[in-house]
Amino acid sequence: MTADPGTLRAVRGGRPMRSGGAPRHHILSVLVENKAGVLARVAGLFSRRGFNIYSLAVAPTDEDERFSRITIVVDVETAPLEQVIMQLDKLVNVVSIDELSPAEAVERELVLVTVAVGPTERSQVIQLAGVFGGDVVSVGGDRLTIMVAGRPEKIDDFEGLLEQYNVVELQRTGRVALPKLDRRH
Amino acid sequence: MKLTGAQALIKSLEMQGVDVMFGLPGGAILPVYDPIIDSSIRHILVRHEQGAGHMAEGYAMATGRPGVAMVTSGPGATNIVTPLANAYMDSTPLIVVSGQVATPSIGTDAFQECDITGVTMGITKHNWLIKDVADIPRVVAAAFHVATTGRPGPVLVDLPKDISNQPMEWYWPETIDDLDLPGYHPVTLGDPVLVGQAAELIASAHRPVLYVGGGVLKARAAEALRALADRTGIPVVTTLMARGAFPDSHPQALGMPGMHGHYTAVTAMQRSDLLINLGARFDDRVTGNVRTFAPEAKVIHVDIDPAELGKVRMPDVGIAGDCRQVIEELLLAMDAHGDAPVVQDLEPWWHQIRQWQERFPLHYSDDDGRAIKPQSVVEQLRDAAPPDTIVVAGVGQHQMWASQFWTFDSPYTWVNSGGAGTMGFAVPASIGAKVGRPDRTVWAIDGDGCFQMTAQELVTASAEQIPVKIAILNNAYLGMVRQWQEMFYEERYSEVYLSPDLPDYVKWAEAMGCVGIRAETPEDVGPAIEKANSIDDRPVVVDFRTDAFEKVFPMVPAGASNDDIVVHPDQAAQR
Ligand SMILES: Cc1ncc(C[n+]2csc(CCOP(=O)(O)OP(=O)(O)O)c2C)c(N)n1
Ligand SMILES: [Mg+2]
Repeated sequence: MTADPGTLRAVRGGRPMRSGGAPRHHILSVLVENKAGVLARVAGLFSRRGFNIYSLAVAPTDEDERFSRITIVVDVETAPLEQVIMQLDKLVNVVSIDELSPAEAVERELVLVTVAVGPTERSQVIQLAGVFGGDVVSVGGDRLTIMVAGRPEKIDDFEGLLEQYNVVELQRTGRVALPKLDRRH
Repeated sequence: MKLTGAQALIKSLEMQGVDVMFGLPGGAILPVYDPIIDSSIRHILVRHEQGAGHMAEGYAMATGRPGVAMVTSGPGATNIVTPLANAYMDSTPLIVVSGQVATPSIGTDAFQECDITGVTMGITKHNWLIKDVADIPRVVAAAFHVATTGRPGPVLVDLPKDISNQPMEWYWPETIDDLDLPGYHPVTLGDPVLVGQAAELIASAHRPVLYVGGGVLKARAAEALRALADRTGIPVVTTLMARGAFPDSHPQALGMPGMHGHYTAVTAMQRSDLLINLGARFDDRVTGNVRTFAPEAKVIHVDIDPAELGKVRMPDVGIAGDCRQVIEELLLAMDAHGDAPVVQDLEPWWHQIRQWQERFPLHYSDDDGRAIKPQSVVEQLRDAAPPDTIVVAGVGQHQMWASQFWTFDSPYTWVNSGGAGTMGFAVPASIGAKVGRPDRTVWAIDGDGCFQMTAQELVTASAEQIPVKIAILNNAYLGMVRQWQEMFYEERYSEVYLSPDLPDYVKWAEAMGCVGIRAETPEDVGPAIEKANSIDDRPVVVDFRTDAFEKVFPMVPAGASNDDIVVHPDQAAQR
């Protein structure tokens, strides 16, 4: 497995960690038929085969309404990647599977977080959001909701820095990914 | 042509060449039962839907054609969950059509509603809930295609009652492209480069073993296998699912590997330097402790399911493909080698194997000759049976004795529940096998415990005049569990005693329209078998009162290494 050892950071909450320099996650971009129950079939396969999923994101594809794309971040320490792909491929509704190694992919994730803020924290949190290229998307009397999008490790950082504040609610989307483009083309 | 959904369903089954189906009606499937009256398809009315499923499996295993079962919604559908799971484990092509509540009621906990596509998602190759009447022919055709191609397996088609009643314009999908299966592309042909590598590995091995699994039968590759064995002189083991794929009477046949396999089959694999796995899956009942399994062996693994390659044991050469095609490719690759030998001199290996065979043949002791030995019943059934008799087994000690002591000389003569180990399989599966092969004698070798789980299907057999023969090896115990309690739980017998005469199997058989026969002493066995074999117009049940204390040997205790195989106590001194 090829990997850029710098791309992942150990974080709390059971998300990917490096062990011996190699990321233990892999990204599968799975094209599925847009049919009832497809997500249950994919999720059910992972649970009954004992494969761990870190995150999963689903959306219809732009190209063809018959298909959706599921981006799955897989823990490759629970099962060899090959085995995960082969078992997934057996699902009749799975059309194709692209394997994206973290080094060869662009990965993005989005977080929405609501923070309880007093008068002093308010500007600090807004400033912090600014540093991370985020936006304040909702403002309450003593709360702010911030949105940050970016590389998952950036979201991890942001989440880490928020720890000193009173986080009321936090929701991450799970990552989506596409292959990195080759500059020569 | 305008048809109702129900008529379209039956017509689709006819288009698929279905000649028989097994089922039991109810509210949600009622519309589909009406056109059955006018159909060419024979419907066999079962007494319990589990029976329908196992009958369809027995039919499929004996004929190679997919088995079809039909049930109503809710409890009808859940009653056939066990056969679906069983067919999934043993890769049997099984098509189940279930009724479903009307679409507006789905999700409302309507009467007899059950999310059966949800329930069976993990135990079917695929399933469909039909929501548009126009989909019926396409989905039925797709269901048969998926069930029978690639690695075969069970599928379920769930049909809501309102859809059955709606009108549709009949059509039939002409090609595979019309089936709307963009994600389904089973492989069949092996990669020639890998086949070449396999031929090279075979040419350099000194202790090769052909490890033959059920995939060889699914691929109808018995002849190709025979050619490969004859060409190479390599010893052959046939797993529980592959009994019959290679003749037991062939000098290269070592018998069955696994927990209760032949000593020589187990040990030859263990000492092998090359396992040529054809359509087997390194099941834990074969490998014992995987870490100590065949430690010196390189592995060639041929399987139509690419996910099997490396699932348990990493192959040196893994070939995704149909066993028949890959074996034929392999033989061609060997031909291309010209005069170069296709194998090493295997004489030293055979010398070693012959020694094991001489020292540790299958063995049981006749003791004082007072009790009926179950192994002897199997031998006498075997010796009195016409050629190509189909043998069906339940699950337990009797199953292992049947697989050990029968001599399987042709494919599709052994029907049993391997991967799931489903007690109650034998009676209905034997009925299905007999329906599919009415020309053959069908003997079920069943346990007293198993028999009690599905015996009611003998009513079906009597009513439909399906003359199967059932041999109950009545040891008055859940014998296999008793054996484990004796060996591993200090003879503390917990909930395994059944009684030899409650129920009275002869009276029960007679009540179900069968002939009932009892054999109480070794002298009774021969005449009882002779009488059973002479009856051909009704099902027969023979209650053999066998020795309750017999154990199955050899045995590799669960989780132990195959090196620690336990032989019969009479042979223990020789180890
Ligand atoms: C449905 C089901 N329940 C439980 C078991 C566990 N089990 C395996 S063998 C066996 C005993 C079978 O008894 P019997 O049919 O009398 O066969 P015997 O071993 O005595 O030959 C049991 C309970 C099983 N395999 N299937
Ligand atoms: Mg018993």
